[in-house]
Parts: sequence; C-alpha cells; structure tokens
Amino acid sequence: MASIELKDITKIFRDQKRGRELLTIDNVSLTVDSNEFICLLGPSGCGKSTLLNMVAGFEKPTSGTVSVDGKGITGPGADRGMVFQQATLMPWLTVWENISFSLMLTGKNKAERRAAAQPFIDMVKLTGFENHFPAELSGGMAQRVGIARALLLNPQVILMDEPFAALDAQTKIEMQEELVSIWQQQRGTIVFVTHSVDEALILGTQVAVMTHRPGRIRELIKLDLPRPRDSTSPEFNEYKRHILALIREESALARTDAAQPA
Amino acid sequence: MRWLVSLYKNWDRFVVPVALLLAWEALSRSGLLPASLLPAPSTVCVTWADWIFHTDESSQSNAGHWIYDALASSMRVFAGYAIAAVSGVLLGITIAWWRWVEKTIEPTVQMLRPVPPVSWIPLAIIWFGIANKPAIFLVFLGAFFPVLMNTIHGVKTVDRNLIRAAAMMGARESQILRYVVLPAALPSIFSGLRIAIGSAWMLTVTAEMVAVKSGLGYVLWDSYYFLRYDLVIAAMISIGLLGFLTDWLIKLLMARVLHWQQSQTVQGLNH
Repeated sequence: MASIELKDITKIFRDQKRGRELLTIDNVSLTVDSNEFICLLGPSGCGKSTLLNMVAGFEKPTSGTVSVDGKGITGPGADRGMVFQQATLMPWLTVWENISFSLMLTGKNKAERRAAAQPFIDMVKLTGFENHFPAELSGGMAQRVGIARALLLNPQVILMDEPFAALDAQTKIEMQEELVSIWQQQRGTIVFVTHSVDEALILGTQVAVMTHRPGRIRELIKLDLPRPRDSTSPEFNEYKRHILALIREESALARTDAAQPA
Repeated sequence: MRWLVSLYKNWDRFVVPVALLLAWEALSRSGLLPASLLPAPSTVCVTWADWIFHTDESSQSNAGHWIYDALASSMRVFAGYAIAAVSGVLLGITIAWWRWVEKTIEPTVQMLRPVPPVSWIPLAIIWFGIANKPAIFLVFLGAFFPVLMNTIHGVKTVDRNLIRAAAMMGARESQILRYVVLPAALPSIFSGLRIAIGSAWMLTVTAEMVAVKSGLGYVLWDSYYFLRYDLVIAAMISIGLLGFLTDWLIKLLMARVLHWQQSQTVQGLNH
C-alpha cells in the first residue's frame, strides 16, 4: 500500500561561489502507485537523482511536498530502502554484518542478526561469501550486498540510484534479471534512476522520461510488455524508438540553451 | 634454531651495524678517543648488565635498579598517553562532527598547538611540583595534539554516503558516530596514536631530566653530571628499546583492530 506522491516539486540550488541561483527541478508532480517499478530516465544533470534523494529524505524541495503513504518525508528512515550507485558498504564489516547492519541498530544480538541475514544472502546468491570483507568482493557482488541490505529492512519502497551503472555489461544483465525476479517475489514499490533506455525498458512497469535542466517530467510511459522482457522484440523497439526520439529532442534543446547565455 | 637460520640468510642486514660497533670498540680501545668521552660498547654492556642485574657494582648506586627506572618512566608514558588518547579522540570527534564546537574550540586549540610542550616545563613544575604529575602533564601535551589532529582528519574524511546509508537504515546520530564515524576514522586515529607514542617517550625523558627524580631520563642526566657516559649510553639504548617496544604493541593492536584493512591491501590484488 506504499504509494509515493511528489507534488509541485521545485528545487533551486544556490551557487554561493558565483552568487547565482539555479533552477534544477521545475514543478514536478508524480504519483507512483504501490508495487509499481518506475524508472526515472533522463540525461545527466536533469535532476533525477535529486528527486530520488528527496524521497530518501537527504534533500528537501524548495517548494512542494514529498510523501510516502500520505506521510510527509522529513528525513532518511528505515521505512524506505536505498541502494546507491556505489555499494557504500562499511569496509570494516563482513558481508553478513553489512546486510544485518540495521538489526545491530535495533539491538539484536549476534545470533539473531546472523540468522536473519542468511535468507537475504541466499536470495542475492552470495552463499559462501558470508564472512568476506567488501574489499574482497567484485563490484557486482558488492552491489548485491547493498541490495540485500535494503531488502532486509523489508521496506515498502526501495530507491535505487543507478545501482548497476558501474558494472560490466554481462554482470549488469544478470543483476537486472535478478532484481526483477526479487521484485516479483517480494513486491513493493521501486524507484529506479537510470540514464540507460534499455535498462529502463527491461526493468520498469513505467518510465518517466525527464527533460533537460530544469527537470520536468516530459512523458510518463506505462510499459505494456510481457516478462521476461525481450530486448529484440518489435514492441520493445517501438518503445525504445519513441523514448530515444524524446531524448534526442531534449539534448537538441539543451544545446540551444547552452549556446544562449542565460 | 630457526632464528639462527634467518640470521644466516639475512647476513647482509647486519654488515653495517656490526662494522660500526667493531670500529667504535677499536676506536675506544686504541686510545684514539679517550674512553671517558666515548666508552667502548663492551664497557657500556658491562655497565648496563650491572644496572639491570646488579653484577659487579660498575653502575654504582644504580646497580640492579634498572627495572624500577624503566617502570617509573613507562608508568608516566602510559598515564599521560592514555589521557591524551582518550581525550584526543573524544574531542577530535566532537570538533569534526559539530560545526559549532569547531567554531568555538578549534581556534584556541590551534593557538596552543604550536607551543612546544617543553616550554610548559616551568609552569608544570610550579603547578605540580617535582614528581610524577609534571611529567605526566608534559607527556599528555606531547601526545594529545597528534591524536587530536588525526582524529579530526579521519572524521572529516568519512565517506558521506556511508553516513547516508546508515541514516537510511534508521541510525540515530549517536549510532552513526559509534558504528560508522568512529570505525571509519580508526585508520587515521591509529596513525595519530603511533606518532603520539614517540612524542610521549621524548617528553617523559625530558621531564625526568628536569622535573622528576627517578626514571631513565633522570639516570641519564644524573650520570652526565658524574661523567659516566657508559651509563648515559646504556640509558639511551634503554629508552630506544622501550620506545620501540611500545610502538610495536600499538602496531599489534592496530593489526588486530584494522584487520579488515589488511585484506584490502593483501587480497585486493587477487581480484
């Protein structure tokens, strides 16, 4: 029942060094129903990560409101899970200790934490690596730990900020498939930021294409594609062609804007 | 027997020190340098042995007294160092974490920092008299700033995303400090602790020369007045050895606490 509501969000960054104000997000309204998998797609600097950080509670909108399940967001909290672009694991904790970090905060003892971590370790296919330290893991494995850590909180909302951007092509495809199958088992709402059209089309139930700065929602597209997604099917390519056309238009506009001094 | 084998295998490491010792011995014995100015290593060893074990009275009133001197100095180092380590880490975290603490306290700290701890000796003697306290106070001054500065640096360079990740899992501020900031700053804190143990020994010995009537530094300075340079050198070596030993203990502790870092350097190459 976790729906996310962004209402009339505007964000102005104050550039203190140059004494300028920069409008990065311009009047965005977006409602994400529960159990949706929405991909925020847009060029870099369009404010998609800023929007995500607002839902996470790291940043506040200059005007407008963000709410999850009707409750306004005042700061970060365990009701939402976050997976970062870099895995951001505690380097001094082992895999299982990282995954069960939130249980340490609530005062669970070691045996309880260890037992609670195991199903999530198995779910992200890290069985056998429980006692490894993050430095001993590959990028893909580290990102799996990050996902397992978010899942253990059992949040109704999971926020993902380009989590697979730093992975190689092969690992990326595997991780995307696993994420979809985990989401199909667990349900819950996922907000996934990406700049890859293919990734958005493979993962999402809907794609929000953003404009260049200042960021607005250019078009919200509901994806009517069977799973597992086939990236060579005509329907898939139809969506892709449409989105690429939108993006091409946006980058052309961005170039014109850049040519004219503001 | 293993150590004999390793000695044999690493013979090249010992060439320079052994040659130096032999030359020193020859120089003193041949009379080129008066033995009173530079006693031969063998003389130093005999005196040192008497100082430790009370063998032949060659160290006179100090005979058999070494362990008490070493303990007196070590105790001062330990006391001042422990106070400096705990307060340096706590204050460092506070200064680095809360902006208003930094604003109110840091300028004062930075003004006090360049004042050489040795220049506090007159005040330390007036305040604490001639005993353990001025020495412990000086050790504290010498060890405090390296720990403080390195803790501040360590806390300020904690990856912001680790803090965000912990906050996202419901960590309160106190939990973030305990479970994220402190462990993340530990490598930096330990490098501060290792610099600090060096200053601690330096200042114990200095304090013992002027403000205390016991310890290795006191024996060193006292022997100088009696022209016993063999004892001076024995005291210097003793201080060096104890300093080395304490640094080694800190290194051991560091290897235990920061074991996750070792896997980062050693096994990181295997991937």
